[in-house]
Amino acid sequence: MNHSNGMTLIVRTVTRLSVWLIFLYGIYIILHGHLSPGGGFAGGVIIALGFLNVMLAYGRGFIQRWLNIDFMKDIEASMAALFLAVGILGISFGGGFLANFLSKGALFRLLSGGTIPILNILIGLKVAMALFVVVWTLAIMHLEEGGQE
Amino acid sequence: MTVYILCFAVLLIGIYGVLVKRDLIKIILALGIMGYATNLMIILFAYRKGGHYPILEKGREVTAMVDPLPQALILTSIVIELGITAMLVALAIRLYQKYQTFDITKIRRLSG
Amino acid sequence: MILPFFVIIPLLAAFLIALISGDREDWAAILSILSVIILLVLSVYGFFALSETTSIYEMGGWQVGHWKLPVTILLVQDALSAFVLMVVSIIALAALIFAVQYIRHKNPTWKFYALFMLMVTGMNGVIITGDIFNLYVFMEIALFAAYALVAFGGQAEEYEAAFKYAVMGSISSTLILVGIGVLYSATSTLTIARIAELLPGLSPSLTYWVGGIFIAGFGLKAATMPFHAWLPDAHSSAPAPISAMLSGVLIKALGIYVLIRLFFNMFADYPVFKTIFLILGSISILIGSFLALGQWDFKRLLAYSSISQVGYILLGLGLGTYWGVLGAAFHLFNHALFKALLFLNAGSVEVALGTRNLKEMGKLNRIMPVTSATSMVASLSISGIPPFNGFFSKLIIIIAAVQAGLPFYALVAVVGSLLTLAYFMKVQRYGFYGEKIHDQVDTPIGYGMKTAMLLLAVLCIVTSLMVIPGVLEKTLDPIANVILNRAEYIHSVLGR
Repeated sequence: MNHSNGMTLIVRTVTRLSVWLIFLYGIYIILHGHLSPGGGFAGGVIIALGFLNVMLAYGRGFIQRWLNIDFMKDIEASMAALFLAVGILGISFGGGFLANFLSKGALFRLLSGGTIPILNILIGLKVAMALFVVVWTLAIMHLEEGGQE
Repeated sequence: MTVYILCFAVLLIGIYGVLVKRDLIKIILALGIMGYATNLMIILFAYRKGGHYPILEKGREVTAMVDPLPQALILTSIVIELGITAMLVALAIRLYQKYQTFDITKIRRLSG
Repeated sequence: MILPFFVIIPLLAAFLIALISGDREDWAAILSILSVIILLVLSVYGFFALSETTSIYEMGGWQVGHWKLPVTILLVQDALSAFVLMVVSIIALAALIFAVQYIRHKNPTWKFYALFMLMVTGMNGVIITGDIFNLYVFMEIALFAAYALVAFGGQAEEYEAAFKYAVMGSISSTLILVGIGVLYSATSTLTIARIAELLPGLSPSLTYWVGGIFIAGFGLKAATMPFHAWLPDAHSSAPAPISAMLSGVLIKALGIYVLIRLFFNMFADYPVFKTIFLILGSISILIGSFLALGQWDFKRLLAYSSISQVGYILLGLGLGTYWGVLGAAFHLFNHALFKALLFLNAGSVEVALGTRNLKEMGKLNRIMPVTSATSMVASLSISGIPPFNGFFSKLIIIIAAVQAGLPFYALVAVVGSLLTLAYFMKVQRYGFYGEKIHDQVDTPIGYGMKTAMLLLAVLCIVTSLMVIPGVLEKTLDPIANVILNRAEYIHSVLGR
């Protein structure tokens, strides 16, 4: 079986139907990070594993046509820079680095908690992109060829 | 008390794996086992008798809760170990490309 | 307050380098040199203006009395932190200026600069933090960047050395995490000053256990003798500016600085820890020097010499007196300067001639004048010849050992110094002044590399001025006071 072409028809059909639920679940975990367990990192890992599911089922060639890996690297670096920018905004609003300067809102609502949901979203996107790019880079290194950088 | 002894036993299994095994991938897995044992021990330190999980919910009074700080600590620690494992795996692939083996007794060009 | 900027500036530089330099590699070099210059200015200002007082910064604005939470994350700067920050910035600037030409032929160069900035972030974070888990996180950031940078060149030996370093570093990091966990469960706080307050009330066996775990864990980072096995491979296979950074500042900021902070400011005064430092230090001095005598590879010899010089610093710390600690802190600065200079010399010889073997480097003082002159300055400094700075720091440690009533360790220090002189004379005789083998260099070294080496050589001579009694009060005296004075540290951090 040629490994870069993916798996059988049954696996591909089930993946095509269920991977969107995985993405939805990951986004739910990220957005409700301040209300229930989870948060940025856990949700980001789930989204990255959704992409990995597609890569295992459909093969590397399909991922190269479907997704833009350079764009993912750009998103990752810019999310990290935005995280630092939110931290520096915390300094300029009084308080310290990463102070919580937006209004805290009411308890148990989705739009509450100040800067925490924003930071959760930034972390979630960064972790998802970073983890998938790492897995992709490991997958395209060939074991047999030698001597290249 | 027995849970802590079992935790320590898992840590010793991890150390045994790193010291004795000759395959690169098994060494990486043994480092992962050591990480699991340490995280488990820190979580176990957070338990308080009769405590509830540390999340506020609608319509429930705040009674005694378990300690939430170690949970944040091990989350950070798990992320760090994920990064280190990813880099060790990438190094292992590059080592296989150069030396054509995963056996550490044969990867020995530096000595003295 | 300038404290969080020591961490924000290099971190922002690392992420911006990853974003903006796709094809244009000059932006990466310019951005990183700019950020290190800003760090140098801030740290020199911090050292000369602020080292009398201890300044504190609470992250996120969580003041301890404000809420009911007993949790806060503190950044602390006192004289010792300001000193080590200055050392890190100087060596980072020199290594970066050197690296601009050295890295040019390896691909993609922006990754080098981004990882370098991450390493500087990690080290700065370790130096200014006041919270023990924050220390672990920043230490892991710096080590992660160091593992990746050791493997940067793409040759087989570099990958092997990086793998060894990564596995041994991970074991010691896991041990440190176990120690932090045990300490948290006993005191339920993570702030170093608060643990220092609570520890004398607990049983001494807790201190012995946790102290032993921390000596093992951080001793591996500092490359003391039973835990030194990763250092010769890692420091000799890394690219030359990275070897300068690793051997000059990483083993000191992550290993020695943390040992000072934990064992002098956090644990109470137990004589068994000082005895352990003395024994480990003297073993490191002797065996490191003996192993360095037999090496023919220039960088491997320098790596073994690092082990032996770190032994000097540990010996000074183990004495525990005012002059011992002052000599140790001064030797930390001096060793960073001349070891970085020696590694940069090795790198320039490697670029110019393509070899690292002492038998193949002939009479080099005609064809590479800057390299030979600076390597002579560095060799005289490290062997302890006046008026260079190495003489003063070793003299202070030896006098402190005699004054403390331990003449055996003074003898060990003197023997180590003689052995250091022996192997550096070997380097000079075979490497730079021997028979003539090469008539001309293959690749001439550029202005960047020459500037970096000259900068460090000038600093080698200038820093011996720090021991003059008038200047000593201002620069080195606050450091020794901060190290020895545990109650003062607790009082100024917690405000009570």
